[in-house]
Amino acid sequence: MSDRYLSLVNSPVGSAVASRVGLPRPAVLRRYEPGAPLLPGPVLLGATPGKTTAALKKTVTATGAEVVDGPSETAKYGALIFDARAVATPADLAGFQSFFAGTLRQLMPCGRVLVLGRAADGVDVTVDASRQALDGIVRSLAKELQRGSTANLLLVEDEASLPSALRFFLSGKAAYVDGQPIRLEAGTAPAPKDWDKPLAGKTALVTGAARGIGAAIAGVLARDGAHVIAADLAAAGEALAKVANRIGGTTLHLDVASPDAPEKLLTHLSAHTDGLDVLIHNAGITRDKLLANMKPDHWASVIAVNLESQLRINAALLDSDQLREQSRVVCLSSTTGFSGNRGQTNYGATKAGVIGLVRASAPAFAAHGNSTINAIAPGFIDTEMTAKMPLATREVARRLSSLQQAGLPIDVAEAAAWLSSPGAGGVNGQVLRVCGQNLVGA
Amino acid sequence: MATRRAAVVGGNRIPFARSNGPYSHASNQDMLTAALDGLAARFGLQGERLGEVVAGAVLKHSRDFNLTRECVLGSSLSPSTPAYDVQQACGTGLEAAILVANKIALGQIESGVAGGTDTTSDAPIAVNEDLRAVLLEANRAKSLGGRLKALTGLRPTQLVPAIPANLEPRTGLSMGEHQAITGAEWGIGREAQDELAAASHQHLAAAYDRGFFDDLVTPYLGLTRDQNLRADSTTEKLAKLSPAFGKSLGDQATMTAGNSTPLSDGASTVLLASDEWAAAHKLPVLAHFVDAETAAVDYVHGDRKADGLLMAPIYAVPRLLERNKLSLQDFDFYEIHEAFASTVLTTLAAWEDDEFCRERLGLPGALGPIDRSKLNVNGSSLAAGHPFAATGGRIVASLAKQLHERGSGRGLISICAAGGQGVVAILEA
Repeated sequence: MSDRYLSLVNSPVGSAVASRVGLPRPAVLRRYEPGAPLLPGPVLLGATPGKTTAALKKTVTATGAEVVDGPSETAKYGALIFDARAVATPADLAGFQSFFAGTLRQLMPCGRVLVLGRAADGVDVTVDASRQALDGIVRSLAKELQRGSTANLLLVEDEASLPSALRFFLSGKAAYVDGQPIRLEAGTAPAPKDWDKPLAGKTALVTGAARGIGAAIAGVLARDGAHVIAADLAAAGEALAKVANRIGGTTLHLDVASPDAPEKLLTHLSAHTDGLDVLIHNAGITRDKLLANMKPDHWASVIAVNLESQLRINAALLDSDQLREQSRVVCLSSTTGFSGNRGQTNYGATKAGVIGLVRASAPAFAAHGNSTINAIAPGFIDTEMTAKMPLATREVARRLSSLQQAGLPIDVAEAAAWLSSPGAGGVNGQVLRVCGQNLVGA
Repeated sequence: MATRRAAVVGGNRIPFARSNGPYSHASNQDMLTAALDGLAARFGLQGERLGEVVAGAVLKHSRDFNLTRECVLGSSLSPSTPAYDVQQACGTGLEAAILVANKIALGQIESGVAGGTDTTSDAPIAVNEDLRAVLLEANRAKSLGGRLKALTGLRPTQLVPAIPANLEPRTGLSMGEHQAITGAEWGIGREAQDELAAASHQHLAAAYDRGFFDDLVTPYLGLTRDQNLRADSTTEKLAKLSPAFGKSLGDQATMTAGNSTPLSDGASTVLLASDEWAAAHKLPVLAHFVDAETAAVDYVHGDRKADGLLMAPIYAVPRLLERNKLSLQDFDFYEIHEAFASTVLTTLAAWEDDEFCRERLGLPGALGPIDRSKLNVNGSSLAAGHPFAATGGRIVASLAKQLHERGSGRGLISICAAGGQGVVAILEA
């Protein structure tokens, strides 16, 4: 489903009209292309309190980005990285004003603002208040940025995953991730031999892979080097075979909600693989009804497919010898899991349930050879499902985010691939929203 | 020279459709390519150079002179995979599997795909024979005058095309009429035929319901199960149908549309390999190809009872058993192709007939009965349909999976074919 409005306001005439009349002007987002530079321009580093460290400059430089010294009034920046990890008092926050006031106007279209902070830890009230303030700054700043630029907050407790996080958030892979905090903690996060093929040698399984977001995830994992088992219902086999043949993967006909699904999955893994490295719980259905009108089977089928299947398959995998060490599990939640949605009590239950699932499962996966489990909560993503919405509803929904447009399946897929990569080992039990900073929900 | 047993790694087919149904506009090439692509997707064969792809079609357009190779080129397999066509009527698919298995056994190839496809919807319609003769004569003429002279042979009646008919050229009888005669000679009753047909539907439906076909079938053009399948089929319902064949037999006519296979469209493939190739590709081995045999009967001049058109497998099996030092009872599964329920029942009756076995098969006595609970346990052609060349691949892949599920065992495949031929084989796990 192409976004005609977005195309229109990016044409010469449409752009002039939209700007004079004050219509929303969504930008054509910068998305990842293999071989393209990480950023459209250089990185400017800043810090508060104090100065930027040489160590951070070295880490950023290692991503391949060009790091320039000191602000220059004529320069254009691809990204502004602001180190606020030492913030301990409200007064320290003034550094934001002095750094960003001049430089924000020099940020290029589809530029990146990354703030490095620390998570509140309950030790000191003043420190925690100051650290929590970063959240408000970044979320507000993300809403101010224009022309496809984004702002995100990395809460760096441990630097193990910082190289991988920088590469994700600075690149076009994070085009639709905006205004989001993520904690980088201690974990096993080895650098891949080739940053373009972080999943080389890994075996990944994606459920619901025949179309939409699942097919996009399968494609990106394969691009990143994984052997992908594309799983879906037998009835979706024709589309599934096309996906598998396009990405060089294999198919597995599996109804995740069936009672024998975990057993079938384990049997397939033991016959066809040396164990699973990456599992993407993407399969999901909607059966929307107001709760007052909800039928028992509409309730039960959504719960079974979207939530119970994940619980049962995870338990079976952890209990088997088919889940390898440093494995990655990514569960698809939804912004509906945070904000709720009219007519979606059943769906909302499962998407919030998935958030609870990853938070509670994190220690068990960490104990399984430093594996991780995380969730992604997509916002409004253009898929076959949203193409069926009434035009007006869809157009309004598309504009209700800081980026004023719907995301694409590839945006969710890139986030899933990052959380699946070895370098993201310090991210566990978290939920990453891919929603263009949707104005609805947390 | 040392030989080895070829492994059956797995299979893929598209659901079989009834003639002029969902696959009306799909060609043999479309369907076989879809089946190959589903196989490639299931086993990760994209870009893989296989030893050979061997397949065929019974009803074939003249443009499809290189059908299988064209399908390979249109599939996700490596274009450097060679291919050739075979055609042995309804034995095509199994014969293709035998050819691939034999090359693997000889060490000439490490992997190969056997398959078959047929459409009765997109059937070839040829130019009238008389018109063809005139056009060829005109083409041969060296001068304009000669060409014009040849073309004076054109007549309006030559516009009537030649439509392929399901008839034996040497008898002018359809296969059903042949079997009606054979069945009557053997005294095969209506009720037994309807029971076999109902069991076929019930077994196939149960197999689908338990997910048996999840890794054997890939949906195509919106069809997810065999279109001919009637899960609620019963002997009582089938008993209500009127006879379709053998009407000359009057009250003795027993063969209906319900206990005969319908005209169908579809395609199937089987992946065969050496054990080493399978292991190197981290693929499972479901079963091994043990041996095969073909036979033919003189249905044109032979005995009405002993040389029926579809009776050749009855002759092939004892030869296969003797070579492998086995008895008919040494099998865990019997896959006897249900061209007609009557064919299966004739086959079993002949093997139980002491006199026939002694006089016509040269055996000391009857081969004896089989355990009917081991016959076509996941349904067969009466329920699934029978796109002629696709049936062999369907049976080989299903039997291999049955044997694999059982853990070990031996299965017999028996397929009758037009022209009085029969193709039979043994698989073991």
